[in-house]
Amino acid sequence: MLKLMIVDDSNIIRRKIERAQQGSHIQVVATARNGNDALAEFKKHQPDVVTMDLTMPEMDGIECIEELMKLNPETLILVISALSDKATGIEALHKGARGFLCKPFDEEKLGNALKELTEGLHV
Amino acid sequence: MSEATLQVFIDGVVRYFEHTSDKEVKLGTPYLIDNNAPAAFDYTGIIGVSGPYRGCVYFTAPRALLRHLLLSLGEPETGTENMIDLVGEVANTISGNARSEFGNEFMISVPVVVQGAPDSIHLPKSLRSYVIPVYWKAYSAAVVISLTSY
Repeated sequence: MLKLMIVDDSNIIRRKIERAQQGSHIQVVATARNGNDALAEFKKHQPDVVTMDLTMPEMDGIECIEELMKLNPETLILVISALSDKATGIEALHKGARGFLCKPFDEEKLGNALKELTEGLHV
Repeated sequence: MSEATLQVFIDGVVRYFEHTSDKEVKLGTPYLIDNNAPAAFDYTGIIGVSGPYRGCVYFTAPRALLRHLLLSLGEPETGTENMIDLVGEVANTISGNARSEFGNEFMISVPVVVQGAPDSIHLPKSLRSYVIPVYWKAYSAAVVISLTSY
């Protein structure tokens, strides 16, 4: 099983992503509502995969990606954000994210994005 | 504000509701209102905008629509906390998606949610805002665009 941490300031989005993992090869080990909480949860649970919102209070997603990369550059980060401009996507990828999914999204798009991200990993 | 600018937000509303299980959303003809009487339903999610455009974008909806929309998104918990979360998330998604047209200089804030009283929504009194009426199922809501360009 791969370990997933969900980072989003919306409880609805966190629960939506969590529900979508039921019966999959991914286990949700932590959730966080901002970048600061995410760093603390990351240290505790060492997830393999992180879904990351960008617009969040306290510490935004771009800064959080930078910090997570310092802790473990092998972490697979999928950005899930409403910020749909190319420059933001490119910036997130430069900081270390491996994929980008634009909100609004459905389960199928999320499943495909996570599959693409984790393909080839030993589960 | 140009018709093309308004269309960006109209497209964003349609895109949002297309991702629910009850896809059909109808939008009314946008109209102008004075900012000293902002339109609001039970809950309003407000996104502050800075950069070349300044002001705010907000999504305002009645309780009943939000409850139904939560269920339509697969969320069984329809309490106040999730309604507040949802109205902010809709505003955030519509505003964030606008960056595909306006670019990353269209800076948006995290959502601020207000309940009920329209006088909690502070808009520049000298300006007017565009209201885009939203009709989903049997409910009415609105997206309000209050932006000036620099």
